[in-house]
Amino acid sequence: MGITATHMLIPGLPLLAFLINGLFGARVIKEKAHWIATLAVAGSWLLSVLTVMDVLGGKTYYGDVYRFLTSGSLQLAVGFCIDQLTVVMLVVVTTVSTLVHIYSIGYMHGESGYWRFYSYLSLFTFSMLMLVMSNNFLQLYFGWEAVGVCSYLLIGFYYNKESAAIAGKKAFIVNRFGDFGFALGLFLVFINFGSLDYRTVFAALQNWQSPVLHIAGFDIDRITLIALLLFCGAVGKSAQFPLHVWLPDAMEGPTPVSALIHAATMVTAGVFLLARCNPIFNMSHSAMMVVAITGAFTALFAATIALVQTDIKRVIAYSTISQLGYMVLACGVGAYSAGIFHLYTHAFFKALLFLGAGSVIHAVHDQDIRNMGGLYRHMKTTAITFWIASLSISGFPLLAGFFSKDEILWLTYASHGSLGKVLWMVGTLVALLTAFYSFRLIFLTFHGQFRGGHEKEHHLHESPSVMTIPLIILCVGSVAAGWVGLPPALGFENHFAHFLMPVVGHPEAHGSHGEELMVMLLSIAVGLAGIGAAWMLYGKKSDIPDRMAAALNGVPYRWLQNKYYVDEFYDAVIVRPVIWVAKNVLLPVTDGAIIEGIVNGVPKSIGWFGEKLRSLQTGVVHHYATIMATGAFALVVLALALMGGR
Amino acid sequence: MNFQMSDMAYILPETIMAVCAMLLLVADLVIHDKKVTAWLSLAIVGATMAFTMSVPVGTAFSGMVVSDRYATFFKMVFLINAALTILVSGAYFSARKEEHGEYYILMLFATLGMMMMASSGDLMSLYLGLELMALSTYVLAGFLRRDIKSNEASVKYFMLGAFSSAFLLYGISLIYGLTGTTQLAGIAKMLGEGTITGNPVLLAAIVMFVVAFGFKVAAAPFHMWAPDVYEGAPTPVTAFMSVGPKAAGFAVMARVFVAAFASELAGWSALLAMLAVLTMAVGNIMALGQTNIKRMLAYSSIAHAGYALIGVIAGTAQGVAAMMNYMMIYAFMNFGAFAVIILLDRNGTGFDGLDDFRGLSKTRPGIAFIMLLFMFSLAGIPPTAGFIGKFYLFTAAVNSGHVYIVIAAAIFSAISAYFYLRVVRLMYMEAPDSEIMCACEPVRVKIVLAVTAAAVVLIGLFPDALVSLARGSASVFRG
Repeated sequence: MGITATHMLIPGLPLLAFLINGLFGARVIKEKAHWIATLAVAGSWLLSVLTVMDVLGGKTYYGDVYRFLTSGSLQLAVGFCIDQLTVVMLVVVTTVSTLVHIYSIGYMHGESGYWRFYSYLSLFTFSMLMLVMSNNFLQLYFGWEAVGVCSYLLIGFYYNKESAAIAGKKAFIVNRFGDFGFALGLFLVFINFGSLDYRTVFAALQNWQSPVLHIAGFDIDRITLIALLLFCGAVGKSAQFPLHVWLPDAMEGPTPVSALIHAATMVTAGVFLLARCNPIFNMSHSAMMVVAITGAFTALFAATIALVQTDIKRVIAYSTISQLGYMVLACGVGAYSAGIFHLYTHAFFKALLFLGAGSVIHAVHDQDIRNMGGLYRHMKTTAITFWIASLSISGFPLLAGFFSKDEILWLTYASHGSLGKVLWMVGTLVALLTAFYSFRLIFLTFHGQFRGGHEKEHHLHESPSVMTIPLIILCVGSVAAGWVGLPPALGFENHFAHFLMPVVGHPEAHGSHGEELMVMLLSIAVGLAGIGAAWMLYGKKSDIPDRMAAALNGVPYRWLQNKYYVDEFYDAVIVRPVIWVAKNVLLPVTDGAIIEGIVNGVPKSIGWFGEKLRSLQTGVVHHYATIMATGAFALVVLALALMGGR
Repeated sequence: MNFQMSDMAYILPETIMAVCAMLLLVADLVIHDKKVTAWLSLAIVGATMAFTMSVPVGTAFSGMVVSDRYATFFKMVFLINAALTILVSGAYFSARKEEHGEYYILMLFATLGMMMMASSGDLMSLYLGLELMALSTYVLAGFLRRDIKSNEASVKYFMLGAFSSAFLLYGISLIYGLTGTTQLAGIAKMLGEGTITGNPVLLAAIVMFVVAFGFKVAAAPFHMWAPDVYEGAPTPVTAFMSVGPKAAGFAVMARVFVAAFASELAGWSALLAMLAVLTMAVGNIMALGQTNIKRMLAYSSIAHAGYALIGVIAGTAQGVAAMMNYMMIYAFMNFGAFAVIILLDRNGTGFDGLDDFRGLSKTRPGIAFIMLLFMFSLAGIPPTAGFIGKFYLFTAAVNSGHVYIVIAAAIFSAISAYFYLRVVRLMYMEAPDSEIMCACEPVRVKIVLAVTAAAVVLIGLFPDALVSLARGSASVFRG
């Protein structure tokens, strides 16, 4: 069915809020900016819920609402595709965004640039909604880049803090690498299918023989190339290895931003892209394999780093990367609905973790967990919700994270071949690590003695209710969000997977209910083991962690603390050489000689040419007539010379 | 030639305009408030517009007149141009104590000439229309009788215009000698047989047409009159001239070249291509160094003739459609830019230095923003109409294989951004020198600004309606 005004208002309201705050925020609205932004996004949320009802009733919508240019088969259009996948994203984006808007009223209170913060948030929400609601690749790309810009602006929100400005720049530049591949992928899509419209492209895939290309000695069929190039974009945006380096640094932004953009919504755009383009990925076995391995590797890689980090936000950031790895892994084994399911539950508990961390930072004014401890006594709401979120992410039975993570692990196990089994083992190991680092964080932050000094302890207080109410709402989500996708092995019907099936299909599971139960029990067991180990090491008073750090203070510990030296590696291999080339080659040669030569030379020669021309413009009529006659004569000669001989 | 009463239906709009204009000429003797004359002439334009939209399609007077959608499209451009000119003229001329009724009537006759050109099916009716337009415009250019520059402009335009008419007549006689007819359809048929292809006389005739039409659209090297005349003429007349006669020139150019000389496509399109590149080069490069805004816009309008030529060079219906599209867009954006100058004109002391724009965003933010829109559009920056116009021109040229000319046009567009955006820079990034005082706040000029600015934005955002109208209207051309 066609698109209605309701659908257009979903991104339209935040856009309007952005325009109002952007134009009048500095002078007129100032401290009241949150009213406009929050009401707008709450309106979007309400309309999204209505849309979900519609789609649950079996209706989907598809169509262009505005066509800018048509040239041959190239159409530049704004259009929406409202299907099952889109509405899941709508719910996630508008819910988390609304809660973060409310939370920020307390968190950002009194900050300079308050209106700027809210106008950026609105712009981000608009862009993200355009991204997920798009019905064509171009608009997807527009949304993709726009959320990138918002991310940049918000990471660098405290722009007079150098580290924030650098982190914003880093996020933007690292994403360039992925987006470059993404753009090439879009070009290839257009060249091959003559369209950027989802339906047209996916329909053309039905009976398409992918030609084989020879690139640098490799044979690669074109669909694999397209899939891998699109995946490049996902790797950048969803912070997968090797482009994960920007996400931890992005924590320089205000904490509500980390919750919204760098945990719940924007970073999941890559997973959304994989699910949206599933017809393309499904056609290439090798691309899927690359996706699955990248996801599993990233999950493990990031989880190990999270074990030893001491900054509360960085632990959660690495946890985000690791969980995104799970989602990518799910897509890689064809279990798109499981990936999206995890995306959806993860949005709740990860946003909750970040907002909880924000509440802690608000109280302690410090991000280092070594200076915390015992906060449970001072801020019970924050502590309890944080506990539940951590249980959820650790896969504690019946909580949201349990169902989604379990589905991923099971479908990985049940996917074709031995690779599936290996990836499943990695996934289960990551589940153990996840439980461990999550509870290490809990014990160090909320339990034991406060280590931040006496003076500070007096000022510890729970955050205002404008901040704790969003925590409680998200907490409900972290508990109950998973109940829409209960596992068939326990005799339920997986409504979530069933709902998404028209868009992403459903993978064949090779295995019995018995095996599924075994996978489930094992993941519960490793989760509990991780929690237990964290308690042993950090919950009880013990010196084991220090002794372990001392004993392992060689390769493993130092490597983990330094995040495997990936940043240093990039610095040495990419950043320094690029800067060297820029300083020693580009600046003097290209910039100095060539560009400045052109920039100064062209106007000079144009000026010279203009001078000559102007001398013809005498103002004397018979000069003009002479020039006309000369021109006519020259044209006759030219015409005879060019065409006369035929 | 037999006269049939039924033929009158095809020239009903022209007839109405001619009769009403003559009646107004008489009535003007007793009208003391020239505002009334202005409003009456506007009403005549409106009525003509209404009849133009409902005129039947067909040929009349033994093929002398062709009434088709192509002609209708251009007539709408001319009538819009006339209406806008009438609206901006009153304040300008009354401030100079030179408001006369003849002015409006001459404007109507010039427009009548353009309309005749657009629907001419014969070289004779074409010439008739062209001279009616030209003679009326010569007088209009010199309408500030006490201003020496205006007089100079008029005489220059007249002398060079007469010179170009000679070229046209010579071309017509050569064609008549070769084909034995002056009817465009007949010429196309004769040339289509291929017996005289490559005949030097035919080539010479084509060149004569190129010169004559090149003069009317101000294409280099036949543009020399334009800067002097545009600068000297009263600003409303400059606005009128920079749009109307140029569009009329393009209207007949496509009729003669693309339709009648279709078989000689390779020949004339090569000549026009050279002309187009030269025109874009001269227009844009000369505009760079101007300090007088009217002169800058004069060169800019030369450059835009170069862009529009690209559509004719393509030689396809798509190319003609792109050219028509461009003419409509150009009419709005160019006229709008002139209307800004007219509005800012300080009580007849003249507002023409580029420096007068300094800091305009502080003193007149609304006007500055509208001027910014026109400058962006003239430079071809999306999402304004100018971008749409160029986009379709370039697409048509690429599709017909003229990639090199698109590259040239793109380079010159980039150069043009320099002088258009210089105005924007002056308005927004410099502090105002002095308070620009507008003693009079002519509402009619503001209406023109609102209409043209809205058109520039709306066509830029929703190009489909205009594009498909132009495409449908160009369907009279084959290929």
